[in-house]
Amino acid sequence: MPLVFTLAFRNLFHDRLRFIATVIGIVFSMVLVTVQMGLYLGFGRMVTTMIDHASADLWVMPRGTKCFEDPSLLNARERYRALSINGVAEAIPVVIGFADWRMPSGTTTPVFVIGSDLRSGGLQPWNLVEGRIESLSTPKAVAVDRSYFDRLGISGMGATAEIRQQPVRVAAVTDGIRSFTTTPFVFMDVNRAREHTGVPSGKATYLLIRLSPDADLDHVRSQLMLNIARVEVLTPAEFRERSRAFWLFSTGAGAALFAGALLGVIVGTVIVAQTLYSSTKEHLNEFATLRAIGSSRQYIYKVIVWQALLSAIIGFSIAALIGDAIVHLTAATALPILITPGLNISLFLLTVVMCIGSAIAAIVQVTRIDPVIVFTR
Amino acid sequence: MTEPLLEAVNVSKDLGSGAAKVAALKGVSLALKGGELTLLMGPSGSGKTTLLSILGCMLTPTEGAVRVCGHSTAGAGPEDLALLRRQHVGFVFQSFHLFPTLSATDNVRLALDVRGEPSTAAKAKSREALAKVGLAHKTKAFPRELSGGEQQRVAIARAIVGNPSIILADEPTAALDGENGRAIMKILAEIAKERGHAVLIVTHDPRLLPFADRVVHIEDGRIVGEERGGVKLQ
Repeated sequence: MPLVFTLAFRNLFHDRLRFIATVIGIVFSMVLVTVQMGLYLGFGRMVTTMIDHASADLWVMPRGTKCFEDPSLLNARERYRALSINGVAEAIPVVIGFADWRMPSGTTTPVFVIGSDLRSGGLQPWNLVEGRIESLSTPKAVAVDRSYFDRLGISGMGATAEIRQQPVRVAAVTDGIRSFTTTPFVFMDVNRAREHTGVPSGKATYLLIRLSPDADLDHVRSQLMLNIARVEVLTPAEFRERSRAFWLFSTGAGAALFAGALLGVIVGTVIVAQTLYSSTKEHLNEFATLRAIGSSRQYIYKVIVWQALLSAIIGFSIAALIGDAIVHLTAATALPILITPGLNISLFLLTVVMCIGSAIAAIVQVTRIDPVIVFTR
Repeated sequence: MTEPLLEAVNVSKDLGSGAAKVAALKGVSLALKGGELTLLMGPSGSGKTTLLSILGCMLTPTEGAVRVCGHSTAGAGPEDLALLRRQHVGFVFQSFHLFPTLSATDNVRLALDVRGEPSTAAKAKSREALAKVGLAHKTKAFPRELSGGEQQRVAIARAIVGNPSIILADEPTAALDGENGRAIMKILAEIAKERGHAVLIVTHDPRLLPFADRVVHIEDGRIVGEERGGVKLQ
């Protein structure tokens, strides 16, 4: 084992209480950053979950639509105009909107209705655990997620309720389709969605465009824009980005999450810097001795940087374990924390940068060290 | 006549500035040759440690010149001086300055590690150096497990392990009892004789005189006398 590493390791573990305080500081800081960034990623995925699960090559939407939940409407008759364009295989209307769900007990709760042409499979419920998609074509049939049973005042398949004074019956049950707004999603046929949300029969929120196998996406998109007035045509990736940008940045949610993460980094940096500084100060005699016996400054920097790296590795490992536990604990909530391998790597690098950055004060102190002090102490 | 390994010519050193400026050394010249153990003696505040710091390339003189194994320190920066120390000078300190978290072997190995010597060879050399000072059986001991005399022997092993031409020792026996002090001086005298090193010891302990080839007296920043073999030269 390199002696410089041994020295760093022993310096670090020599004062166990201080080392524990350092690790707690790093863990606290990195758990805070992990949770904030995990929420950011989780939120980013939740706000695009419908776009992710829709089967479309292009989305046609009213101009200025900000996100999937935007209730602006377009003329559903534009569907035929879209179908007349070469390369368009299907144009599937989708209707969304808020409505009140009245339970058998008479209590009401808001729901988010999603209606699509179920035969075309534009935007169907996924992760079905009971019932079949086809059964949603029958009168009154809707699909809900089982995590919302209590909220909707129902016990499962076959349960009945009312939306906009019209009866509905649970004909399919999904698992894990949750909304970040905590408002339950209710899937149904597009025509009944219009009735339940009050959207006029000639209107729709989106047209989902599916292309013919040999169609050129850019050409079809420009043709759609030319032929249909006052609409925008976005690819799923573009619509995803727009939805994310709206929810994360226009609402301030993303800024709040980043601010929390930044706070974590600042707290961590200050704690590690303080610890490394006091550790260096305590070992000043030893560093002066090293200088006296002829070590270069770089050699001493290596000792300090190794101390910082060891702190980073130990602190991050514990923070990652806690982060993993938080991921499991929040998996079934409305806003699960999402930690991807990429995020883990980024957080590790951030921890390393934070700890090495924290070593700067200690390094500056050592740079000023005068080896002559070995004769006076 | 052999060339001196370490030479100070007309060295002056001012410490502090303005009204607090003190002339710690005033035109000191001193040459150390290989194979000789020299004692530098003088009262407190006479400039012993300042001269030792300048000879050991830790301080630069205000005036005058220092040559270490033929290399002038004139215009040398902190890293150049560190390189000279690393290559040519071994230090022994009054309070040992061992690393409490490292074993005796690792304490000695540090002097080689800072030179970039490979780990395996450095370990072997460190054990040899510890054997040379009579600590072959304490290689794994930590400083807290060693007596004062043993700790100073580890410090001497650290000073000689890199085979430097010059050994500078600052009051190496001050923290030891008489018996340990004599043992340490015997080792340092042997190092001078057997290895041909130039050994300079700063002390005000007259009990060390029998071990010296040469004694240099310093007072008020000036060399005021010198003895060789008990004969006053000046």
